[in-house]
Amino acid sequence: MASTTSSIMDTLFQRTLEDLIKGLRLQLIGESAFISKALEEIRREIKSTDPHTKSNALQKLSYLSSLHHFDMSWAAFHVVEVMSSSRFSHKKIGYHAASLSFSDSTPVLLLITNQLRKDLTNPNNEFEVSLALECLSRIATTDLCRDLTPEIFTLLSSTKIFVRKKAIALVLRVFEKYPDAVKVCFKRLVENLDSTDPHIVSAVVGVFCELTSNDPKSYLPLAPEFYRILVDSKNNWVLIKMLKIFAKLVLLEPRLSKRVVEPVCEHMRRTGAKSLMFECVRTVVSSLSEHEQAVKLAVVKIRELLLDDDPNLKYLGLNALSIVAPKHLWAVLENKEVVIKWLSDEDPNIKRESLRLVMAMVSENNVVEICRVLVNYALKSDPEFCNEILGSVLSTCSRNLYEIVNDFDWYVSLLGEMSRILHCQQGDEIENQLIDISMRVRDVRPELVRVGRDLLIDPALLSNHFLYRILSAAAWVSGEYVEFSRNPFELIEALLQPRTNLLPPSIRAIYIQSAFKVLIFCLHSYLLQRESTASSYPDTLALSELASKREMPEGSDLATFKAPSHSEQDEVFNPRVSNQSSEELSVGNGGDRTINHGQTSTPVTSENIFTYEAVVNQLNLIELALGPLTGSHDVEILERVRNLLCFIELIKGEILESLVQKEENLNSAEMKSSKIIKLMSDAFSEELGPVSVSAQERVPIPEGLVLKENLNDLEMICGDIQLPSSISFSLVSTHYEEGVGASLPDLQSKEELEPPSEATSLLAEHRKRHGLYYLTSEKNDIVANDYPPANDPKLQDDQNNDTEDLVKLTEQLLVSKKRPNQAKPRPVVVKLDGDFVPVSAKRPGPKDDSLSGAVQEVLLGNDTRTSTSRSNPSDKSSSKRKGKEKLITDPSSELNENLGDAEKLDHENPSSRRSKHRTHGKERRHKSPGKIREEREENGQKEKKKSSHRHARHKTRQRADVPLNVVSETPVIPDFLL
Amino acid sequence: MIHFVILNNRQGKVRLTKWYSTYSQKERSKVIRELTGIILSRGPKLCNFVEWRGLKVVYKRYAGLYFSMCIDQDDNELETLDIIHHYVEMLDRYFLNVCELDLIYNFHKAYYILDELLLAGELQESSRRTIARLVAAQDSLVETAREQASLLGDLVKQAM
Repeated sequence: MASTTSSIMDTLFQRTLEDLIKGLRLQLIGESAFISKALEEIRREIKSTDPHTKSNALQKLSYLSSLHHFDMSWAAFHVVEVMSSSRFSHKKIGYHAASLSFSDSTPVLLLITNQLRKDLTNPNNEFEVSLALECLSRIATTDLCRDLTPEIFTLLSSTKIFVRKKAIALVLRVFEKYPDAVKVCFKRLVENLDSTDPHIVSAVVGVFCELTSNDPKSYLPLAPEFYRILVDSKNNWVLIKMLKIFAKLVLLEPRLSKRVVEPVCEHMRRTGAKSLMFECVRTVVSSLSEHEQAVKLAVVKIRELLLDDDPNLKYLGLNALSIVAPKHLWAVLENKEVVIKWLSDEDPNIKRESLRLVMAMVSENNVVEICRVLVNYALKSDPEFCNEILGSVLSTCSRNLYEIVNDFDWYVSLLGEMSRILHCQQGDEIENQLIDISMRVRDVRPELVRVGRDLLIDPALLSNHFLYRILSAAAWVSGEYVEFSRNPFELIEALLQPRTNLLPPSIRAIYIQSAFKVLIFCLHSYLLQRESTASSYPDTLALSELASKREMPEGSDLATFKAPSHSEQDEVFNPRVSNQSSEELSVGNGGDRTINHGQTSTPVTSENIFTYEAVVNQLNLIELALGPLTGSHDVEILERVRNLLCFIELIKGEILESLVQKEENLNSAEMKSSKIIKLMSDAFSEELGPVSVSAQERVPIPEGLVLKENLNDLEMICGDIQLPSSISFSLVSTHYEEGVGASLPDLQSKEELEPPSEATSLLAEHRKRHGLYYLTSEKNDIVANDYPPANDPKLQDDQNNDTEDLVKLTEQLLVSKKRPNQAKPRPVVVKLDGDFVPVSAKRPGPKDDSLSGAVQEVLLGNDTRTSTSRSNPSDKSSSKRKGKEKLITDPSSELNENLGDAEKLDHENPSSRRSKHRTHGKERRHKSPGKIREEREENGQKEKKKSSHRHARHKTRQRADVPLNVVSETPVIPDFLL
Repeated sequence: MIHFVILNNRQGKVRLTKWYSTYSQKERSKVIRELTGIILSRGPKLCNFVEWRGLKVVYKRYAGLYFSMCIDQDDNELETLDIIHHYVEMLDRYFLNVCELDLIYNFHKAYYILDELLLAGELQESSRRTIARLVAAQDSLVETAREQASLLGDLVKQAM
């Protein structure tokens, strides 16, 4: 009793949807509170037995669900209840809620099959039928489609246009979910193409447009029907869809294009509707691009669009141009000015589109100019578009192994220029390209080193974190190819400038490693030179070098001028000597030596900058700059700094001594340090070659190496190692602290002293355990940097070649991991393999396959012209059915084939004649309708045999057919085409 | 085909959504948030097309309301603009000078009109007069049903 009263109360005092909306807008108690209260009410009301209350509640719920995204899946059963109400108003609410909230996984879908069937077959109320159809078009599942196919089939020939067109639209979903429905419904769908009612035609064409876009091949046989609609229809909506269909079909059947191109151009010329005109243009440029005249006409229209004030048309014009660009570049070049003009349009979409076009215009001949223009635009644009420009310049120029770049010196300097653009965020890409080019293109390395130097030397760049990756590439390049540098000392200074402490540790480690390489190069050159001078001019040396440093041969004037400017950054280290520091230092340090040994002053010509003083200066500079870093927290930095400093420690003594004992000892060349230096420089000058993708697989796994072993027990070993290693770290740092850290406040160094030992030990442990990740996650150059530490001890005994090789090998493997597509070297640009795997055409999914299989089966009988249906995997039941279908269709299709063959034979001559006399175009057009009709007659005959209940309609059509003499001239293309 | 239709106002409040492709409830609100953000941020004199996740969104502003439809890459943008305009005209005819409030209070009516216009993401009726007639016919059906219901309500009241 209580429940009934409450339901009555609900009915009388229920909030309607309008009340709900009003309440929501008033927001007296806040939106979320109001909604949760409303939901509570709805939950109660929806259980009511009164259908009115229930449907009202459901309506409110669907409002909240669709606009406020509240889940309403819990009410699915109530939705079903309301759907089955006998009142139209309730039913409508129920169906609306169902199409809003049901999905394929909604469990109650099983319950509604019968309800839907009942509504679909409702003879009295067509609106209920339409409700069911609308709802099905959203929620139909495979099961529903299977069960309701007969009803839908009946509706496809309903006399009520209103219902039939909805049934037709629904077929799309049914085919998609349940391809077997094709066998039942397809014929009737095709018949509807002939309907005289424009609504029906419009609906069918919509369906075929969607079907064709997924799988054009299956619908080729319908080309005659489509063609008739294309020519006859006056409805723009239909024509647009028709053009879309033909755009797909023509690509498959080139012969079709000859027939289609004329009506398409006709529409293009005649129509006043921009949408239809644009569709014609798009069809021509995408599918009929080999027809010169049509393309020319289309380009004229495109130009109209481009010059229009309406931004929409502008955008579409650019869009169409970019479709036409690959095949008819002239069309773009013709409109070059307009396109470039729109680069500065206010609409980002238009800008982007015109950028795409500009990039399409790029070729070997104009790449320099276009890039110049674009970089200028990039300078002026907002950050986002600026990066888009830079990104597309980078990707275009690097396309196909820098195919369009002839002058790499130019390109490399362009890269340098781009990195200096304020908004540039393309660091990663520029970094990759710099390294990539340096490895591929031998000839460009000097320029690359120059560009790298310019980047490194500019302290301002160090504050822009987008550039860090570029700087790391620059550092790596200048270390790796230091032999091309005009002034290596300058590089060392740049690499160690104080502002480098702004860099992230991983990149700083690269800097330090590069400095190491440069230093080795300098020392090596110095030694070489000393040896040579020692042998040829035994007396010449030191003083002259001082002089030569001042004179600076070749282009190094620039370098000397640069040097002071950036030695400003050395201030921190040598607070007293500011501007002239490097020179003064060299004088100061070298001064007494020169006096000591200054026997001669024969001027040494040529690039003799590797003076004793300079070398000593550099050694001091490095020690000074890197000393504080011995307490670094970062293991990479720490390791490299220690390598470098230990190395200096090792050789410094001898270098200093060597001059004292010069006279006696010089020729003996047995000095330990020079040997070490030589070895190191050999190690560094080894070039990192490109490695093939498959290289790693070719390396046999050494015996006894278990790669997949669980490394958990390493912990034990690590624990042992841990202690000594951390001690050694701290020892070293104290040592250097004493030696060098004088310029640093004690507090700071203390701070650095304590935690690092802990942090680094942790890091070391982590690294040990997850070494794999460390290696892969790091940069290529760091991988290269791993080289020296591994080699250092081994280099001492140079017999140990095997291990060295192994190290080299692993290193190469690591490199290959980083850039997996390197292969055979080519004189100028190193080619990669595995770069261009031809992308196979997009395969239709299995569902499409089965759908297209079914469609083809129906269209072509058992005469499967394409292999699609053959490869179509079908379950037993469907194959059984297929068998039946075959039996039925066999005779008619045979007839069909025979007819076709006969016609082909008959008309081979006319067809060849036709192709010769192109002037008969008009005549041909006149004939075509007749031919189509005759085509349809054939269809009609075929269908007559199978389906008797459509007899009458076809007969009347047959009667209307043209006399036989037209037939004798018509078929040019096989019967299933035009 | 049309994947979905969204109506929102200048403040980003959604007034109507209709989904023809499958999107989960979560995806729906994400899509709406994303798209209203993109569309509202575009200035008045820019083109009406936005490329989005490999699809295209065609939008148009009528007074304070933005009508957006999402279509496939190779669908016709101008045609879609026409469909939007078509819909707006129909709303205008039905509500007689439609305004946002009409859509707020009669959101289900707006849906029913849209259902007559589009089915399964395709335009199914291009004649305004036909749609007006169909909607009116259904309205009268609903109306009679409601009268019956209120009659029932009266009876119940009397019985009490």
